[in-house]
Amino acid sequence: MLKVSQPVKKVLVPLISIIAGFLVGAIIMLIFSYSPVQAYASMIRGALGTTSSIGETLRQATPLILTALGFSVASSAGFFNIGLSGQALAGWVGSIWIALAFPNLPTYILLPLAIIVGALAGALTAAIPGFLRAYFGTSEVIVTIMLNYVVLYVSTYLLQSAMPASFRSSQDATKTISSHASLRMDWLSNLFGGSRVHGGLFIALIALVLVWVIMKKTTLGFEIRAVGMNPFASEYAGMSSKRTIIMSMVLSGTLAGLGGVVEGLGTYQNFFTQTASLSIGFDGMAVSLLGSGSSVGILLSALLFSVLKIGGLGMQTGAGVPFEIVSIVIASIIFFVAIDYVIGLLFKQRQNRETEQIAARTDSKATVAVTDEQKKGGSTK
Amino acid sequence: MNMVSMLALIVSSTLVFSTPLIFTAVGGSFSEHSGVVNVGLEGIMVMGAFSSVVFNLTFADTFGKATPWIALLVASVVGVAISALHAVATINFRADHIVSGTVINLLAPALSVFLVKAIYAKGQTDNIAQSFGYFTFPAISKIPVIGPILFKDTSIMAYIAIVVAIIAWWIQFKTKFGLRLRSVGENPQAADTLGINVYGYKYAGVLISGLLGGIGGAVFAQSISGNFSAGTIVGQGFISMAAMIFGKWNPIGAMGAALFFGFAQSLSIIGGQLPVISKIPSVYLQCAPYVLTIVVLVLFLGKAVGPKENGTNYIKSK
Repeated sequence: MLKVSQPVKKVLVPLISIIAGFLVGAIIMLIFSYSPVQAYASMIRGALGTTSSIGETLRQATPLILTALGFSVASSAGFFNIGLSGQALAGWVGSIWIALAFPNLPTYILLPLAIIVGALAGALTAAIPGFLRAYFGTSEVIVTIMLNYVVLYVSTYLLQSAMPASFRSSQDATKTISSHASLRMDWLSNLFGGSRVHGGLFIALIALVLVWVIMKKTTLGFEIRAVGMNPFASEYAGMSSKRTIIMSMVLSGTLAGLGGVVEGLGTYQNFFTQTASLSIGFDGMAVSLLGSGSSVGILLSALLFSVLKIGGLGMQTGAGVPFEIVSIVIASIIFFVAIDYVIGLLFKQRQNRETEQIAARTDSKATVAVTDEQKKGGSTK
Repeated sequence: MNMVSMLALIVSSTLVFSTPLIFTAVGGSFSEHSGVVNVGLEGIMVMGAFSSVVFNLTFADTFGKATPWIALLVASVVGVAISALHAVATINFRADHIVSGTVINLLAPALSVFLVKAIYAKGQTDNIAQSFGYFTFPAISKIPVIGPILFKDTSIMAYIAIVVAIIAWWIQFKTKFGLRLRSVGENPQAADTLGINVYGYKYAGVLISGLLGGIGGAVFAQSISGNFSAGTIVGQGFISMAAMIFGKWNPIGAMGAALFFGFAQSLSIIGGQLPVISKIPSVYLQCAPYVLTIVVLVLFLGKAVGPKENGTNYIKSK
């Protein structure tokens, strides 16, 4: 164990969490007499072995980057946006609806229009919990969870009863959108061996940069972060915390909505009935937590989780290990990220022993230890 | 269909659909009163449903009619085990309650489907041989009108759930244990000063929620779905959480809300057989529990409905 500085620790904690997560997966595989080495090898092969599988991995990462960004923006303002999957679903339905309603508009009008409408649908869905939080103090966690289900049922209703019958190919799916609204790019697909990777990837990459600029270089970003750190101080400093709360949720919902848009206009080219909340919602949250909300971190962890998800399919066929082990690994990684306090202890203790001066700093952990000892001393008296 | 048989159909299906929600919602109230937010109820129900179905399939020949009841015990133990993960993470390891609960929700479906595939080599179990079925109370089912509606061919588990909710209310609001549990959720610092074992009570709260949540999942699997797959528990845990909030963290209130949500759920399923209701698009009934929960939360604006220190990590002697 090494003495480490704060920035190094920020990198080490996620790394250790990832390794620990993979170890948990390996142990479970061993218990059921699968070979972890073979499984992980076929996972890597499945995700990165051919150009087309690399394309699929990038395709998988696209919506995850967007929903993760959405989560990170809301959490900078101090909110837990668990409604990512509902917002993404709203974006998916909205963009497909527009694409099907105006199939003959030229690409340069239809594609941006469909994307914007999808993003707006996500933004509106997120604005509800933002508004309720700002004006009524209602817990955004509960409201977003509840809205996930409302959007889920409403999306099925819209597809089956509200859309014109001419949009549907069956009771459970819409027709394929016209090429004017598609995010598919032939050169990109061909570059990656005919995989489904699509132009949404560029939307995700642009969003990564844009969100970084907004959060770090604009007044809005500063206000969002200030409200997240201390809403009362921000209010005293003259910021409208109500406006900031709503804006952060709208921005978050826009990004989540885009996550749904790229699934609709890019990956699937239609909408079909969903039986459960979209997995990109909770996976995006996991990506953001592992990437600790930073742009680079989100990019890297979105790629890691995509390798897991795409490689997991290869693992099932290659090594016969059920695909679900992938979600177990992801959940374990997030569990270890969540208990970073414990992982942090691995370094801190060593640090304290080596140099007492460091321990003497205003270090909360150190003071806890000291007061604990005082307390013990007090009780034995 | 005459009036009595129509009411009997509505009442019995409402009871069947409410039962899992009542157990889980009442369990959730224990956890939240101790100050630990438990969004992992969904995952706990998944584990309960999974373990009860596996037990039922394995031991149906051995235990016969008693199988579903023993499976409830198994599910409650599994529920306690999975909730222990949430307890350790939030109480000792200072994890964020929402993140930890979400981990449970991500982990449980994956783990259970993985195990189903590892054990049965397919993604879905067979149908169980022994389920709870219908129960007719002796004697009181003979009462005219009320008897056939409430006590004939009905769900015995629903009545047990209602009794459990009443006992839970009594424990939380009329016993020393309950007072201390709530004091830990309201003000852990003060409770600690008075010599109450804060961590111990938090553990008790979370583990009881695991116990009842596991039973809730097992009841759902053994009286409604009849088998286990990835699609068995989809949202019931979250509805239970909604019911708990709707009932203002009071077990009896939670029970009432769960009955109401069960009624809404059953209407969206049996509604086709009933006049008037069959005209309402099912989407309204499906969304009703969620929308109503949001409305209730907004209406109680400003009033501290939930436990005061709910969701914060208590760090002893900070």
